Amino acid sequence: MRTKCLLLTLAFIALSIGQGDAKDEQLNIFTWAGYVSDDIRTGFEKEFGVDVIVDTYASNEDLLAKLQAGATGYDVIMPSDYMVSILIKLDLLAELEREAIPNFQNVSPLFLGKYFDTENRYSVPYTFGTAGIAYDSDVVQPAPDSWNVLWDEKYANQFSMLDDQRETLGVALKLLGYSLNTTDVKELQAAKEKLIAQKPLVKQYKSEAEELLVAGDVAMAHCWSGDAFRAAETRTTIRYVIPKEGSSQFIDAVCILRAAPHRALAAQFINYLLRPEINAKITVFTKYGTCVPAAKEHLPESLREHEFIYPPKEVLESLEWLKDPGDWTRHYNRAWEELKAR
Amino acid sequence: MHRNYRLLILLFPVVFWLLCFFIIPLLSVFAYSFIERGTYGGVQWNFTLENYQRLFDGLYLGILWRSVSTAIVATALCLLLGYPFAYYLARYQPKWRNVLLLLVVVPFWTNFLIRTYAWMLLLRTEGVLNSLLAVLIPTAGPVELLNTPIAVQIGLVYGYLPFMILPLYASLEQLDMSLMEAAQDLGASPRRTFWHVTVPLSLPGILAGSMLVFIPTVGAFITPDLLGGGKVSYIGNVVERQFKSARDWPFGSALSFMLMCIVLAGTVLYFRTLQGREDDGEATGK
Repeated sequence: MRTKCLLLTLAFIALSIGQGDAKDEQLNIFTWAGYVSDDIRTGFEKEFGVDVIVDTYASNEDLLAKLQAGATGYDVIMPSDYMVSILIKLDLLAELEREAIPNFQNVSPLFLGKYFDTENRYSVPYTFGTAGIAYDSDVVQPAPDSWNVLWDEKYANQFSMLDDQRETLGVALKLLGYSLNTTDVKELQAAKEKLIAQKPLVKQYKSEAEELLVAGDVAMAHCWSGDAFRAAETRTTIRYVIPKEGSSQFIDAVCILRAAPHRALAAQFINYLLRPEINAKITVFTKYGTCVPAAKEHLPESLREHEFIYPPKEVLESLEWLKDPGDWTRHYNRAWEELKAR
Repeated sequence: MHRNYRLLILLFPVVFWLLCFFIIPLLSVFAYSFIERGTYGGVQWNFTLENYQRLFDGLYLGILWRSVSTAIVATALCLLLGYPFAYYLARYQPKWRNVLLLLVVVPFWTNFLIRTYAWMLLLRTEGVLNSLLAVLIPTAGPVELLNTPIAVQIGLVYGYLPFMILPLYASLEQLDMSLMEAAQDLGASPRRTFWHVTVPLSLPGILAGSMLVFIPTVGAFITPDLLGGGKVSYIGNVVERQFKSARDWPFGSALSFMLMCIVLAGTVLYFRTLQGREDDGEATGK
């Protein structure tokens, strides 16, 4: 009797495990919080008659950690530039079949063939952005044009810096005239010292600058362009500037995992995402620039031709990619820990 | 034979639980702490002691000391605030006691993150506390509390106070009142009664409460992150960064292991000292 019970239980467990795979047409997306809105998700579900499951992460490192810890079953992921290059090196991405993604032609050539995937064999760019300074034009006068304003005692305790070791060390590196991707210990030390000198003036290290700016907690923030423009929507006096010393830029791309259970469906989703009207929805939410020029028609005026969303050539030339330093990451970590421990 | 079979079934959930959610994770953390970091995250299976060598660095020892001392202060403050609270709670009219006890627990129904965000509203420059201060003492400027170690300390004490109150209440409630009456009848002053009767008898509660507060606060990373504004590093934050932005799982594992050893050593020491005192108390009592 008892054995029978046990066997029955085991059979039930086996059945319920098997059932997970019963519905084959289900797309699993792993993306940034909010990027794939309900609107986009249900639109795809209705049109293709499938289920879409969306899980979210808060940083590229979270994505990597979860993939390496064995998070499987995902089809589509949306990493940024340097993370694409890491995932390619780790052999985690599937080669894209271009025939399955005809809307690839909608992507502006400006964003194709970048260092992290020179032939775009694994990734399709869909939005891009920069890091800069968001400031309240009522408080911060004159309008800043240099990173130096973040060392001005006049604004002590009135601004925040990104809580991101590469971006924030990058500000000091740029101000000192070095590359964001330096592998020179002396340059990195100098940047660290510069940030240590700045720390007493910093109100907070925080990567989600939008809420700080909206609440008026800070009058200035070192932040990503999307945060600045999202904050400006509620607090209209917020402006955004890319300082003259130069800054960082990034591209968010969409990829298919090598282990994806539903590759064909994943390609269809990417194709769907590259439709101008769908791509515009992401830009409307994130306030980052679109890589699909035709999407601009579907954007509100304010997001269409802004000089800091679509920077002119001379600004573009001052921007650098934050490349993954490989084993040199350790030096950046160390410098960052020393700053944080102060 | 039949009995053993039954025992096995009864023990299975516990053994399974301990094995899957305690022993195996603990062993994997231990194993990870002896291998090399993979360039792109993950690990490379080469044996190394380097992760432990890196621990003995002024930088990390300093951060560790800050975490331990913050946790000790948090525990002491919780005990100081929680003891009188639990004492009166245990002495209150029985019909109201459960209601009051419920009020201690009610905040727990709200997510910890939301409660911590509430403290941000209270402590920020234009927050509730500073508005109140401006009304009471118009001449004093606003006090910058948020994004300082003080804010972290407040947040930790607030967050873990109920963990102190509940075990204290449990042991104080069972206290035999007649013992205190006896002490007073024998001429002991209220103070003496308290230190020589009440405190020793509530030691189990003090011990349990202290452990429940100290262990989570020493490794806390969310409270320091939110209330410290990312400006103050605690060991929990360093460990978190090793697994995320630094992509150095082995070093993160070594740090966690060291933290675990220190907590364990501290706990054993604390138990020994207090229990020793309890035994002394009993010996002299007889």
